[in-house]
Amino acid sequence: MTPESRESAVRVLYERLESDAKEIISRYPKPRSALLPLLHLVQSEEGYVSDAGQQFCAEMLGITKAQVVAVSTFYTMYKRAPAGEYHVGVCINTLCAVMGGDQIWEELTEHTGVGHEGTTPDGKVSLERLECNAACDFAPVMMVNWEFFDNMTPESSKQLVDDLRAGKEVVPPRGPDKLCTFKQASRVLAGFPDGLAGEGPTAAGPSLEGLKLAREHGWTAPSPDREGEFES
Amino acid sequence: MTQLTPVLTENWDRPDAFTLSGYGDYSAARTALGTDPDRLIQTVKDSGLRGRGGAGFPTGLKWGFIPQGDGKAHYLVVNADESEPGTCKDIPLMMANPHVLIEGVLITAYAIRANHAFIYVRGEVLHVIRRLQAAVREAYEAGYLGSNIFGTGFDLELVVHSGAGAYICGEETALLDSLEGYRGQPRLKPPFPAVAGLYACPTVINNVESIASVPSIVANGAGWFAGMGTEKSKGFGIFSLSGHVTNPGQFEAPLGITLRELLDMAGGMRGGKRLKFWTPGGSSTPIFTEEHLDVPLDFESVGAAGSMLGTRALQIFDETTCVLRAVLRWTEFYAHESCGKCTPCREGTYWLKQILRRLEKGQGTEEDISTITDLADNILGRSFCALGDGAASPIHSSVKYFRDEYLKHFELGHCPFDPAASTLWGAGK
Ligand SMILES: Cc1cc2nc3c(=O)[nH]c(=O)nc-3n(C[C@H](O)[C@H](O)[C@H](O)COP(=O)(O)O)c2cc1C
Ligand code: SF4
Repeated sequence: MTPESRESAVRVLYERLESDAKEIISRYPKPRSALLPLLHLVQSEEGYVSDAGQQFCAEMLGITKAQVVAVSTFYTMYKRAPAGEYHVGVCINTLCAVMGGDQIWEELTEHTGVGHEGTTPDGKVSLERLECNAACDFAPVMMVNWEFFDNMTPESSKQLVDDLRAGKEVVPPRGPDKLCTFKQASRVLAGFPDGLAGEGPTAAGPSLEGLKLAREHGWTAPSPDREGEFES
Repeated sequence: MTQLTPVLTENWDRPDAFTLSGYGDYSAARTALGTDPDRLIQTVKDSGLRGRGGAGFPTGLKWGFIPQGDGKAHYLVVNADESEPGTCKDIPLMMANPHVLIEGVLITAYAIRANHAFIYVRGEVLHVIRRLQAAVREAYEAGYLGSNIFGTGFDLELVVHSGAGAYICGEETALLDSLEGYRGQPRLKPPFPAVAGLYACPTVINNVESIASVPSIVANGAGWFAGMGTEKSKGFGIFSLSGHVTNPGQFEAPLGITLRELLDMAGGMRGGKRLKFWTPGGSSTPIFTEEHLDVPLDFESVGAAGSMLGTRALQIFDETTCVLRAVLRWTEFYAHESCGKCTPCREGTYWLKQILRRLEKGQGTEEDISTITDLADNILGRSFCALGDGAASPIHSSVKYFRDEYLKHFELGHCPFDPAASTLWGAGK
């Protein structure tokens, strides 16, 4: 990229993102705290942390681009190259791997011809080996644009990716009624709600296992042992 | 037999639990804001609540370390980074019941005299972040956040801050650096965050579940909370069962319940298979075996048995699972997540990974077993933060309980297990 073309790419980002960036910065006592959300904001426009995007963050915060790059390269959610429209993760940490995540990863990469941090030629799907995503009771777990896909199998994972590439509607079991794109997801991460919080279940499956049992047996926490400790 | 005690999970089966109307009217916070802040700190001390993020530090004591009348801004930061392998309690809690956390934030911030609070939530959980954002917005609209809350003159701003993928940011001082817009690398302690935390100001950092437990303590009393659990590990906690159990899931119970009891509630081992090894509190806590089924899951008893209660992340593995494979994968995780700040962890996890790969393939030697334990000895206690210590846990504990299995790998020249048998759809089922 020539300096001139980068400069014009940065100008475009100013047009599109400057007011959002200012809003993000205003949430924090100190501007630099806005850097992580600003990088999510850049990804919501560019699909990755582009060179121009990092320059834009640096200018918005009055720091150097080198300082921005030092941060963006530390965190795995910031992509060095454009992610697919649907970024698909397979958990390969121990518990999911043992429950089948390893086999899913093997079959899925063979099926798509894409490896870790690779993107299909149509730009639809990128793949990532994920560390634990805090849903172990639903293992093996996959994520698409950071929505949960639970109790996956090699077959269901290939079907999922095929559906995404074919543009079919895919519904995450514990998320909104429709998947959003990687860029749309990044905007929520930057702190701009998309109004979909009300969709999807409160909790599902294993999350309710203990509560279900407690209800069946009539188990509850003890009732309060005294009243009005704080009433004056 | 111990019974479950749903408090934080009590409303998870209600379709509107994550909305304000489904949750309630913040009556505990209303009570709290009409009380002397020091009395709230005392109540939480009296309850015996200990941090639910892994280390079990007494919560009220931590709050009491915040200097008062120092003229500085105070901050409250909720640690919602939940990334310790096996840990999966805070995420469903915030998905289903975000208001109990926000009400806890309001009470805690008032108690420590903070007017600015943050929820630092890992970024890889989009719908949880949506739920938090929506709940915070509702709380603002209802006047439970913002200025002059309940007409008391108390002001509180709460920001939901999404992380960007880094396990180390769960370490409290790395989290602060990350929240300040830097790489997430741990800071030297002291000074502790209570003295010099966010922006070098007094800061309380607590786990999601710790803060979410506060409204019930205020509403029902310290004695009520202390009436559950064991002598030194009081109250309830969410126990997360995953892996080779018939019905994995979340079980909220008094501390001190045993795995035998929990397994029974979860329908036993799947397919009637035999329990081989398990983690009491995530991958950083030394593994246990069948002989530990009756260890009370409280801080003291688990410690006395050679592990740590950690985050009550009970990852259960049956006899089809290769322990070397499990340890290798955890070690690869620590090597990947090591922040690189200190040499023992950065270099040690790298070499552990190399040697374990060869051991798992059956290409190692008996000397390799001493090498990995030596390496782990050099990481444990010599690392800058507890991530390094955690990396040593699976190594030491697996060699202790399963030395024969290490030997068997290179005697045979290959791994004796069939990974297909361990899968969700596998023959082991
Ligand atoms: C590598 C590492 C990761 C951690 N991850 C988390 C985490 O995700 N959530 C958490 O609450 N505590 C985590 N902790 C513990 C925190 O440093 C800290 O002890 C805790 O947030 C304090 O809150 P508590 O007293 O309420 O438990 C982690 C510690 C280490 C060393
Ligand atoms: S122990 Fe590991 S994670 Fe912790 S400071 Fe050292 S290198 Fe970083």
